[in-house]
Amino acid sequence: MSEFEFDFGTVLLDTVQDVLPVLVLLVVFQVAVLRKPIPDLKRVVVGFVCVLVGLALFLGGLEKALFPVGRIMAEQLSSPEFVFGTPQAPDDPSWWSYGWVYLFGALIGFGTTIAEPALIAVAHKASRVSRGAYREWTLRVAVATGVALGIAIGTFRIVTGTPLHLYIIAGYVIVIVQTVFAPKLIVPLAYDTGGVTTSTVTVPLVAALGLGLSSTIPGRDPSLDGFGLIAFASVFPIITVLGYAQLVQWWTARRVGHAKED
Amino acid sequence: MRQRSELVLPVVMLTKRFGAILRDAVRDLAPIILVIFVFQVGVLRQPFPQLFEILSGLVLVIVGLGLFVLGLEMGLFPIGEVMAEAFARKGSLFWLLVFGFGLGFCTTIAEPALIAITKEAARTAAQGNHIPADAQSLDSYATGLRFTVALSVGLAVVVGIIRILRGWPVQYFIIGGYVAVMLITLFAPREIVAVAYDSGGVTTSTVTVPLVTALGVGLASSIRQRNPLLDGFGLIAFASLTPMAFVMVYGMLVFD
Repeated sequence: MSEFEFDFGTVLLDTVQDVLPVLVLLVVFQVAVLRKPIPDLKRVVVGFVCVLVGLALFLGGLEKALFPVGRIMAEQLSSPEFVFGTPQAPDDPSWWSYGWVYLFGALIGFGTTIAEPALIAVAHKASRVSRGAYREWTLRVAVATGVALGIAIGTFRIVTGTPLHLYIIAGYVIVIVQTVFAPKLIVPLAYDTGGVTTSTVTVPLVAALGLGLSSTIPGRDPSLDGFGLIAFASVFPIITVLGYAQLVQWWTARRVGHAKED
Repeated sequence: MRQRSELVLPVVMLTKRFGAILRDAVRDLAPIILVIFVFQVGVLRQPFPQLFEILSGLVLVIVGLGLFVLGLEMGLFPIGEVMAEAFARKGSLFWLLVFGFGLGFCTTIAEPALIAITKEAARTAAQGNHIPADAQSLDSYATGLRFTVALSVGLAVVVGIIRILRGWPVQYFIIGGYVAVMLITLFAPREIVAVAYDSGGVTTSTVTVPLVTALGVGLASSIRQRNPLLDGFGLIAFASLTPMAFVMVYGMLVFD
């Protein structure tokens, strides 16, 4: 217990350093540049204390829960006993032996994204701006499918050890081509979904999954292959959202065409 | 009597808000727990190690994130949003840009996911013998990464503000940024590429998005004939692109 308290104290000190710049920036600019008093100073101080304690607790919980969970799942799903039924993995395992890993990655990606509060807000705005042409729920499914696809392909990359930048460059090329043809209204929103999908809870878990996989799969090096899953989760939703918008556009054009023929 | 109710009311509201935030955090975690549970029972059929420690850690994560967001909403977001709008509406371009840079930089430094990921990146780099494994080198590598990302987000906000003022389309910047990232990738050491690509998705999170979006929306709505929605969002998209390029350059400096 005393060890935990000691830990908490150090983490708390660190978080003061992390959050202080934001506070200093806001106070200095308010008082020195805008020359206005701080409104409701007591509230600001209480809020600041909440931020500090909250961040310290979160970072502590991260080390105790989210990182270990990601790593344990990765180790169990890619352990030779589970994948091959032997204590030692064969020298050159084929990529399809790790099917459960891809499925697990896809489900974690889909599950965390579909319920993400920030995404719900963006989908709501997009639906309103397009006057209902893009349905809120379908848009959320499109983004979640993108993240699922991204993480599944990302774990496939870790298993095969192929270079990350080739996948991401291919993804960018697809996004650029889609940007040229997609309806202009959806483009900034689609770009934005890439940043929205990776929440504070998902990031550590997914990172630990990648690092865990790269340390158990034979021939992989965590420092080379471990990272990159978050990048996949940021690029692929852009593709699926733009794709969904293009589908809606094509569908509407076809309906209008049919109406003209009639 | 009246004074008392004035005092009690905000507390009730805060408790309610805290409850709503906790629900959001639980909703965020529920699908993860469900998927892991199904895999443990249906596929792996193995006991889960350190179950108690992990469950107590999850409680810390939920309560901590809840307090963090509540504190932001109480103290920092209200001033930040009012200030962002005040700077966007009047005042000199110079102070607007300085404020924009500071906002991008400081909010990124405080981003919890970035703190977590840079620590992990330092540990991994030490395991792979790319940096010395003592605590001080780990710390300076992680801090260096965070400052690089913060610097790049600050610059992204500055360029984003100029873009909004001039009305240049966001696509050109994004496509130009992608091309730049691809080119730098060719020269960057392999150990940094994945961390760099990940840092793009990590930066725009709990602290940065609300404050930077407020700045963008305030700016776009203070200029006539601009769509606040489209221009406000451009800033975030750009802020998740620049870190990739900057972190790769940081890698070139540290590893080579």
